Amino acid sequence: MANTAVADADSGLTRAQLAARYGLSVAGARPTLAAYVRQLWAYRHFISAYAHAKVTASFSQARLGQLWQVLTPLTNAAVYFLIFGVILNTSGEVENFIAYLCVGLFVFTFTQSVALGGVQAITSHLGLIRALHFPRAALPFAITLTQFRHLVTAIVVLVAIVLVTGEPITLEWLLVLPAMLLQTVFNVGLALALARAGSKMTDLKQVMPFVMRTWMYGSGVLYSVQNFAKHLPTWAATLVELNPLLIYIELFRHALMENAPLTSAAPRLWLLATVWALLVGIGGFVYFWRGEKEYGRG
Amino acid sequence: MADLNAMPADATTTAVGERIPTVIVDDVHLIYRVYGASSGAAASPVAALKRIVTREKSRPTLREVHAVKGVSFTAYRGEAIGLIGSNGSGKSTLLRAVAGLMPATRGAIYTQGQPSLLGVNAALLGDLSGERNVTLGCLAMGMTPEQVRKVAPEIIDFSGINERGDFASLPMRTYSSGMQARLRFSISAAKKHDVLLIDEALATGDTRFRRRSEQRIRQLRADAGTVFLVSHSIGTIRDTCERSIWLESGVIRMDGPTDEVTKAYEDYMARR
Repeated sequence: MANTAVADADSGLTRAQLAARYGLSVAGARPTLAAYVRQLWAYRHFISAYAHAKVTASFSQARLGQLWQVLTPLTNAAVYFLIFGVILNTSGEVENFIAYLCVGLFVFTFTQSVALGGVQAITSHLGLIRALHFPRAALPFAITLTQFRHLVTAIVVLVAIVLVTGEPITLEWLLVLPAMLLQTVFNVGLALALARAGSKMTDLKQVMPFVMRTWMYGSGVLYSVQNFAKHLPTWAATLVELNPLLIYIELFRHALMENAPLTSAAPRLWLLATVWALLVGIGGFVYFWRGEKEYGRG
Repeated sequence: MADLNAMPADATTTAVGERIPTVIVDDVHLIYRVYGASSGAAASPVAALKRIVTREKSRPTLREVHAVKGVSFTAYRGEAIGLIGSNGSGKSTLLRAVAGLMPATRGAIYTQGQPSLLGVNAALLGDLSGERNVTLGCLAMGMTPEQVRKVAPEIIDFSGINERGDFASLPMRTYSSGMQARLRFSISAAKKHDVLLIDEALATGDTRFRRRSEQRIRQLRADAGTVFLVSHSIGTIRDTCERSIWLESGVIRMDGPTDEVTKAYEDYMARR
């Protein structure tokens, strides 16, 4: 009865045929992958403005304001140094433990914050998603960019720490740049994948902190993972060796420190880092794109 | 086919006098998922464990709200359509779906171009200044940075938030709810739209701002092909729309000329 109330000039046609006849498109249909990439590129200003706004907003309520960008990584490093360097004295086997610890911690924090933010990228922005039209991947991208900016601050702090602890400045330091690039690509993919997973599985948000802590202990942030090899069966040791975060952390250490112990040879590390970045970066993007239609439903 | 595409952009009919559809809604169902909606005994840890052990299918913490149940209509170019109905009848949800912001659970919605939803609830960042929010909002609507630089002062002027001192540089959380709504409306009204969906936007702000926003909407309507307006103010609907659709509990109760529909709606509401 309700359906017949509409006066239809093209009677005889179904609504779908009518839509096709006048070239109407399905509302909210998923664009092709190429079109999606173009849309996202068109929204690059939104992504960078949003990330910048988030960085500014994150400390706006604190009295010390933006100083916390530097203080947060420093305090973090101090706490872990107190426990693992002084109280437990794990520093024994590692030369220049402070620098070793700080590199590991800052690089790990980058991925950790991206992962924790990524899981909530959709759920915490439902209001924005239901109000405005934009490629949803802009949100995980913006989260990664926000954390990237924190990483850049942390790297500046890191360089100061590394210099103070007596490492020489070498050309190898430039290797930090490609390492940052690869880790960022990896993180974008991770954020995208977790954003889609988190939008469907709301329990994931509760589980993520535990996953990240386990990941941290397996990534040689606080101690050398060479200790693992003594107790673990070979397959598990290989698994630890392939851990992408261990690889990125070791690349940073290799770049910034003279005598950093490596689990594999440097070329192998670079190869693995690139493979991980491409695999997770592209995989995560495609996975997220396939769910594009669904994100408004919650 | 070719002559259809060649028609002038502002024509409302084709050469042979057929009306041109801009929005076709075909038997659409919309279902919301709401998490954590349960209360009392169902929310306890023991109950959650029991659900897992007994492999109960439906999770009480996940509730589905069937907001729109099988709605169909066709909107044509040059039409202004009012959507009325009591609270929770599915009007806003339907608009979101037409805007492509929420996927239809069943059925299909076809639209010409990209419809824009002009709402007052676009979530912005409360920690940021009004100016920064204007920039972000405009970028999110797909404007280029140059366009944003050009329209940003106009938006601030239109919203009138600077009438009592320099509020634009203060964080948005310090604004009164009326000021927030005014700024949000001003941001979303800054863009031209093909199909325009307006959700209760006219209800924001004081009388002076309401007059100004009504005028702005008339302007936007002149540019847009089709306008949808959700409002609880029957007066506004009568003023702006010639056709109305009455939704009740997610079903179309009536669709026709505004006078007839609003009269039936008012009778219905008076009886309740």
